[in-house]
Amino acid sequence: MGQITLKQVRKSFGDVHVIPGVDLDINDGEFVVFVGPSGCGKSTLLRLIAGLEDTTSGTIDIDGKDATNLPPARRGLAMVFQSYALYPHMTVRKNIAFPLKMAGMSQAEQDQRVERAAKVLNLGSYLDRRPGQLSGGQRQRVAIGRAIVREPAAFLFDEPLSNLDAALRVGMRQEISELHQSLKTTMIYVTHDQVEAMTMADKIVVLNAGRIEQVGAPLELYNKPKNLFVAGFIGSPKMNFVTGPEAAKHGAHTIGVRPEHITVGDGPWEGVVGLSEHLGSDSFIKVDVPGIGVINIRAPGELGVHHGHTVRLSPGHRIHRFDEKGLAL
Amino acid sequence: MSTQSSRAAARLMVAPSVILLFVWMIVPLAMTLYFSFRLYRLLSPDRTGWVGFNNYTWFFRAPDFWLAMVNTLALVGGVLIITVILGVLVALLIDQPVKGQGYLRILVIAPFFVMPPVAASIWENLFMHPQNGLFAAIAQGFGAQPILFLENYPMPSVIGIVAWEWLPFATLILLTALQSLSSEQLEAAEMDGASAFSRFRYIILPHMTRAITVVILIETIFLLGIFGEIYTTTQGGPGSASTTLPYMIFKQAIVAKDIGRAAAGGIIAVILANIVAYFLMRGIGRNLDA
Amino acid sequence: MARAVTPARTWMMTIAAWSVALLIFFPVLWMILTSFKTEASAVASPPQLFTADWTTANYAEVWARSDYPRFFWNSVVISVGSTLLGLIIAIPAAWSMAFVPGRKTKDLLMWMLSTKMMPAVAVMIPLYLVFQRIGLFDTKTGLVLALMLMNLPIIVWMLYTYFKEIPGEILEAARMDGASLWNEVLYVLTPMAVPGIASTMLLNIILAWNEAFWTITLTTTKAAPLSAFIASFSAPQGLFYAKLSAASTMAILPILILGWFSQKQLVRGLTFGAVK
Repeated sequence: MGQITLKQVRKSFGDVHVIPGVDLDINDGEFVVFVGPSGCGKSTLLRLIAGLEDTTSGTIDIDGKDATNLPPARRGLAMVFQSYALYPHMTVRKNIAFPLKMAGMSQAEQDQRVERAAKVLNLGSYLDRRPGQLSGGQRQRVAIGRAIVREPAAFLFDEPLSNLDAALRVGMRQEISELHQSLKTTMIYVTHDQVEAMTMADKIVVLNAGRIEQVGAPLELYNKPKNLFVAGFIGSPKMNFVTGPEAAKHGAHTIGVRPEHITVGDGPWEGVVGLSEHLGSDSFIKVDVPGIGVINIRAPGELGVHHGHTVRLSPGHRIHRFDEKGLAL
Repeated sequence: MSTQSSRAAARLMVAPSVILLFVWMIVPLAMTLYFSFRLYRLLSPDRTGWVGFNNYTWFFRAPDFWLAMVNTLALVGGVLIITVILGVLVALLIDQPVKGQGYLRILVIAPFFVMPPVAASIWENLFMHPQNGLFAAIAQGFGAQPILFLENYPMPSVIGIVAWEWLPFATLILLTALQSLSSEQLEAAEMDGASAFSRFRYIILPHMTRAITVVILIETIFLLGIFGEIYTTTQGGPGSASTTLPYMIFKQAIVAKDIGRAAAGGIIAVILANIVAYFLMRGIGRNLDA
Repeated sequence: MARAVTPARTWMMTIAAWSVALLIFFPVLWMILTSFKTEASAVASPPQLFTADWTTANYAEVWARSDYPRFFWNSVVISVGSTLLGLIIAIPAAWSMAFVPGRKTKDLLMWMLSTKMMPAVAVMIPLYLVFQRIGLFDTKTGLVLALMLMNLPIIVWMLYTYFKEIPGEILEAARMDGASLWNEVLYVLTPMAVPGIASTMLLNIILAWNEAFWTITLTTTKAAPLSAFIASFSAPQGLFYAKLSAASTMAILPILILGWFSQKQLVRGLTFGAVK
């Protein structure tokens, strides 16, 4: 259950080739995250898998069967929308039961499944309310509940946490991860937030302008980015990129060092501190190094360095090298 | 979302409306055009024969016609000016912190829901009537002669009645637009030192430009065809003093029963409407983004 | 306003606003008051706002006329009939334009708008003649058709703007939940569209009831609704002022009441969705 394969999937809207061609394997039970900047086609890809859009060419297999021309209802997938898309005129109970009703399930069976989903998601006390009376987090749980009751082959999440405030987001992120652990169903999750991607995914698919830049486990992408784009996208704050003679010293067109891999104190680079932010747990400073550029540094704990200080930096040994085409060396 | 089959279904579903409206517009218009070039009088046996542009020239030669054009434009222009200016003022007033705003709106909106014949009847009989009307009573109270509104000032009277009917429409739309203006903008302006009048001129009025444009466009569409009020009160008179172009055409068709002439008048009305629409769109159409 | 709203200012504004509102409403009020007077006090001079002899006799007498109930009924049938007919035709059109828009959809909507701009007098003659020829003249059916066509653009536009407000994602969710097109329409779309359809219905009943051109031009006696009746009795010979006021009040009362509930719909409908 939940094995999905995309072969040469293309999607164009008229002359706009949103997805020029994607090949992807998603294994049963995996938590796959599609991540990338706005407009990279990740939502489009999700919708193609869901069946809400037709492919321009290419095939989509679900559990070995060709699902390319199947309507959404027959693909055995469930989707949680960014806006939750709850039915405003139905109670929570009826919302969750709706897919079961569409499947022609008996009322008794419907009630049973709804109760189970409500228990898993802590919705017991809201069952008879309408979506308009619920908070954002509660609505999201209802949306997830509606997806769970179908016992689908895979769950599709379209940026589900974007409409929640920061604190709620962290909590829900963990709940979704826990859900995955208990259900063990394939989950395909779309987000533009690389923190969500890194924390939740078994496998991350980084997309850019409709193309897959890299597929791999979170730490693999962190440690071995295949190109400039992935290197700059994964990790916050962004990796520092340096071109010119400094890069040539390492035999590359561009080198990259992550802010957390630079040590402050002693080293070949020297510059004046511009901005400095002290959070107690970390310190973020911006140093203008002549001939190199503006370098971002993340240091653990409290760093007694402030605006105007002169510091020495060492890029350490975790230096990523890229050629003039942006590919990793 | 849109697949081949749903697109075909969509076309099928739009078809009845499109066909009906198309037929409703094109077929009668074509027939009117046809009649306008023919001699066609219901009261005489002459029903055949092309008369070329005779029907049209009759209109252009008739002094009543030019009076009717003036009256039509006066009606539209007069009502527009009155309703927009007063509408803005009334909307501003209602938007103030006043008690019972809900009820206020109900009172102000009411005239729009009064059907034109009743509205005309109220004004004609209860207010403007030289013997029994309220205005006459007020005049007599001051020792003056009652004004014969509908006899001596038929067109202004009609304009007044129609303006009363349409003021609520303008007020409601402008009030809606006014209430969509965020108070934060006005507060920022106040902090920037703007007086009440400046705030009105530089912030409120521009915000309402779109709504005012919509009011003008919509009112013009309806005002060009005002009929019931004239039919009820003056029947276009005295003489032709309050006859507008639509009313003149109506008289030709229903009273004189000269279909050919009335048809020509109808075509002239269409041309007039298009000219007005053209100038309107050029003048204020850019205020719309819809 | 940021300035402190003092009680004095509130009262000043309240008095000013209410004065203006009452001034605007006064003609309607005057008519309603007159309808309860005797004929004598209705034409008394100087005119009295209130009178000692209140009576409801005018209403009874007007209603007892052999023709008034018929006029009333005609108004009801014509307004409700044309609205329902219009809805039946417009709902599928607006539905498809809102949810399956094509490249020409916007143009189509603009064209529909333009048909409303055509002067009625231009199509009056053919309709007048054709209706007489095919026996629709002075019939309720004929009027229902004419008014439906007159208001169809507004109905389509209003429904279109309401349908557009239904989030597409909810319909997609229904599809993902396994709903067939029919189920989608029945269980999700229609319940969410009902308020919009009701609003459209309300506004159109009002517009049709008040319509004064076709109802006068295309009728004589049998199908004439209240608008034609009042129009021809404006110079009261047979109806005196108090009774005319009673007849008029009854003619506008249903719409006044409906209108008070439909202010928002009025704004949306008559501006073709440009102002909401």
